[in-house]
Amino acid sequence: MSLNTQRRLREVALTSDEYRAIVEALKRAPNEVELGMLGVLWSEHCSYKSSKALLRRLPSTGAAVIQGPGENAGAVNIGEGWAAVFKIESHNHPSAIEPYQGAATGVGGIIRDIIAMGARPIALLDSLRFGPQPASSHHVEGVVAGIGGYGNCIGIPTVGGEVYFEECYTNNPLVNAMCVGLVRVDRLMRARAEGTGNSLMLVGADTGRDGIHGASFASLELDETSSERRPAVQVGNPFLEKCLLEACMDLAHTDAVVAIQDLGAAGLTSSVAECAGRVNGAGAHIDVGRVPRRERGMTPYHVMLSESQERMLVVVQRGREAEVEAIFQAWDLTSAVIGHVTDDGHLTVVDGAEKVARLPISLLTDGAPPRRLVGVAAEQPPGLDLDALPPLVDAGATLLRLLASPNLSSRRGIFRRYDHMVGDATVIPPGGDAAMLRVKGTRLGLAVTTDCNSRYCHLDPHVGAQLAVAEAARNLVATGAHPLAVTDCLNFANPDRPEVYWEMEETIAGLAHACRALDLPIVSGNVSLYNESFPARGEGGPPQSGRPDGAVSSAIYPTPVVGMIGLIDDYAKRLRAGLRAEGDFVLLIGSSHNDLGGSEYLKVEHGLVAGRPPALDLARERAVDRLVLAAADNGLLHSAHDCAEGGMLVALAECCLLGGIGVRCPAIRPEAPLRMEAAFFGESPSRFIVSVSSRAMPELQSLARRHHVEISLLGLAGGDSIEFEGQFRLPLAEIRQAWEGALT
Amino acid sequence: MRFGVVVFPGTWSDRDCGWVIDQVLGADLQYLWHKDADLKGCDCIILPGGFAYGDYLRTGAIARFAPVMEKIGEFADRGGLVWGICNGFQVLCEAGLLPGALIRNASLEYRCQWTNLVVERTDLPFTSQCATREVISIPIGHGEGSYFADPATLSRLEQRGQVVFRYCDAGGRVTSNANPNGSLHNIAGIVNARGNVLGMMPHPERCAEAELGGTDGLKLFRSVAENAMKVLAS
Repeated sequence: MSLNTQRRLREVALTSDEYRAIVEALKRAPNEVELGMLGVLWSEHCSYKSSKALLRRLPSTGAAVIQGPGENAGAVNIGEGWAAVFKIESHNHPSAIEPYQGAATGVGGIIRDIIAMGARPIALLDSLRFGPQPASSHHVEGVVAGIGGYGNCIGIPTVGGEVYFEECYTNNPLVNAMCVGLVRVDRLMRARAEGTGNSLMLVGADTGRDGIHGASFASLELDETSSERRPAVQVGNPFLEKCLLEACMDLAHTDAVVAIQDLGAAGLTSSVAECAGRVNGAGAHIDVGRVPRRERGMTPYHVMLSESQERMLVVVQRGREAEVEAIFQAWDLTSAVIGHVTDDGHLTVVDGAEKVARLPISLLTDGAPPRRLVGVAAEQPPGLDLDALPPLVDAGATLLRLLASPNLSSRRGIFRRYDHMVGDATVIPPGGDAAMLRVKGTRLGLAVTTDCNSRYCHLDPHVGAQLAVAEAARNLVATGAHPLAVTDCLNFANPDRPEVYWEMEETIAGLAHACRALDLPIVSGNVSLYNESFPARGEGGPPQSGRPDGAVSSAIYPTPVVGMIGLIDDYAKRLRAGLRAEGDFVLLIGSSHNDLGGSEYLKVEHGLVAGRPPALDLARERAVDRLVLAAADNGLLHSAHDCAEGGMLVALAECCLLGGIGVRCPAIRPEAPLRMEAAFFGESPSRFIVSVSSRAMPELQSLARRHHVEISLLGLAGGDSIEFEGQFRLPLAEIRQAWEGALT
Repeated sequence: MRFGVVVFPGTWSDRDCGWVIDQVLGADLQYLWHKDADLKGCDCIILPGGFAYGDYLRTGAIARFAPVMEKIGEFADRGGLVWGICNGFQVLCEAGLLPGALIRNASLEYRCQWTNLVVERTDLPFTSQCATREVISIPIGHGEGSYFADPATLSRLEQRGQVVFRYCDAGGRVTSNANPNGSLHNIAGIVNARGNVLGMMPHPERCAEAELGGTDGLKLFRSVAENAMKVLAS
């Protein structure tokens, strides 16, 4: 292999083995354009070559599933003729380098995936991970501003998500964006290039040189030279995408459109190849000379690899191009016929009369040799000896410190920067367990959430992944919605390291296990690898591992973000987390154990990330969820809140803060072996805090017996403080100050 | 009674206004495309929220040149009802139909939150269903909603009673803490001297149904509809 070839391989991030596979398949050496096209499509980001085999283990079928993985987004039937279309996707690497544009274009990209299914986007969620403040504030500020900048301008409400701060994300922040849309079931589109001779139209933005090699860049570790890759980060134009969105919605007025496909990572190359790849034997013929350009001097290589944003590929019935052009014209959008569908199974690229590239579609979409990686169990994280910890002295003081800690404080300072009301559908706004959107014209409510406690995943990836699924489900159940389906964004460090690949194996096994147990199909998702960086010597944060040359790496915790949607048949029955009425009984549903491993209590009070994550019994989870749903359905509950990070007392405080009502409780006297600190701050899963009127108590108790679920009385709602008799009493105002003061 | 809702490229409150007019209020709804120089017999024109033409250059700066705007100017001159909400308010200021300007929020951040407004004029066709000095609760959603005008303009507005809504606390007190964006004199909405062109930053179309958190916004839509009926009857 010549030096020149080696240099080019590095540029497109292909290995020499992969190059040999290409030559073998083509029976010739690829030219420069072909090599570039294969490079992006065989990148980890596009080909899933390291994760594909594992992903097959995830359940993706179910009665409600209309579209599983493999399309622009998944879709489930929610009744009354509607389908919910949704997907989550990462934009981690760009956001690390250029936080504002990285996050903004992440939002823009996921919206286009929903549009491509023919659906109107109705909600956005963002799952974010940063290093500790204030060092990470440039990431936080840029990402939050970027999400708001795009979502607010395009007019899609940002209704949920999560924000966590942890040392391992210092150099590798995570930005996972989820979008949910609605479409009539019979109007659902698939991005299949059907019909030989049909036209391929490129619509939206002109093509520029931005974002070239973005997909390849996303498949590398970040290092000290990464900022030089800033040109690989695209720039978003939400106004243009708003016009594109409305024009694509107007396409419903014509039946001339066969398919719509988003142009995302790997630009035109990937969208054409994927669209053709979904139809047996289909190919495509493209003339790059017809692609509208933003700048002069662009080569076919640039055009095929550009990741310019706000573009869509539309497959149009031959002879009806003018109808479609007129629709885009009305929105002042450029559209151009750039080629047509063929039946030769090849992607042929020409530049006018000149041949540029010709590659088999299957080589592009499925040719990347799967990487056989080996997983080796990571070292056991430090154990936890609870007896060695100083005892809990003042639960009230601890509560204040927990509520003021970055992972538990109020998120209002962030979500008030996002328009979460546009659309007149947000019937549960952000700030509670899950947000809920009404489906206008029906009584249906769609609850949406994202969840992952990566500290649990770090301590035990298998259990951590199960806990993420269970907690997402619980968030939905707390609103009265039945969990329906999942989209996942699997963020990991470098899988070439055996302990990281082991984390992937364990995580995916855990996800599969929990989703099967709770009947939750995973209908779409995304994998983001290489979230690991080699900072300049001396600034590396833990956890650390060596590289042969001695540089120190910081790798993220395994972070399988679970996006989940759920359904309530009448949103009038929806529940909120805040206490509603003085005199209500405040109850804990579910049972508490000594689950302090990986807890916020350990981290905040003792500076420890240690022990085993909370034990999860999926049968118990199911029983508890069913009890709450039955009680909600019967109208017994006044409020419901998931007990999660920070444990019972933090959840109880949130119920009080969100409802503006205090609570009076008898002293907590846990029965051995349950410890006092675990009773207050342990993070046992499968628990809710609910409030009910005294009249509803007997019925709730008998319902709980029927479901074999433990319920216990915590106290009575009322007053303007939280009091545990003889233990502590704190005014709500003081608690609110701690909770709201941290993140502003 | 027919409401006209203007759609610029980048407008997004059009559908929410349309929903309230059509589904909640049950009035006639006509969308007006920015390129059409025809108001199609509408009795009240709404310029809704959004980012018209991307708000590039300056909020509302390009929208004022849209063909539909010339007709709206003539309509306002004849005494027709024109109601700018959020981005629509910004467009009306740029078009010179209302005095002053909307500048970046004092926090330099977008704000989406509920605000309390004290209603200072109830003799207008937009507010006749409100009680005198009633405190209504309406959400905002903007990054550039800080009302600004030169001192002379501001004192003229105050003297002539053209301030319709002011940000206040739940008790109706006009305080700096209740001001979400740094608007001068806590101004949330103003009307022209003739009383037929209203501009307001808060979004009444987001609170016309209880399930969205409140129904105070519906009072404004109802006011317009009832007044139009009276005008038709007389």
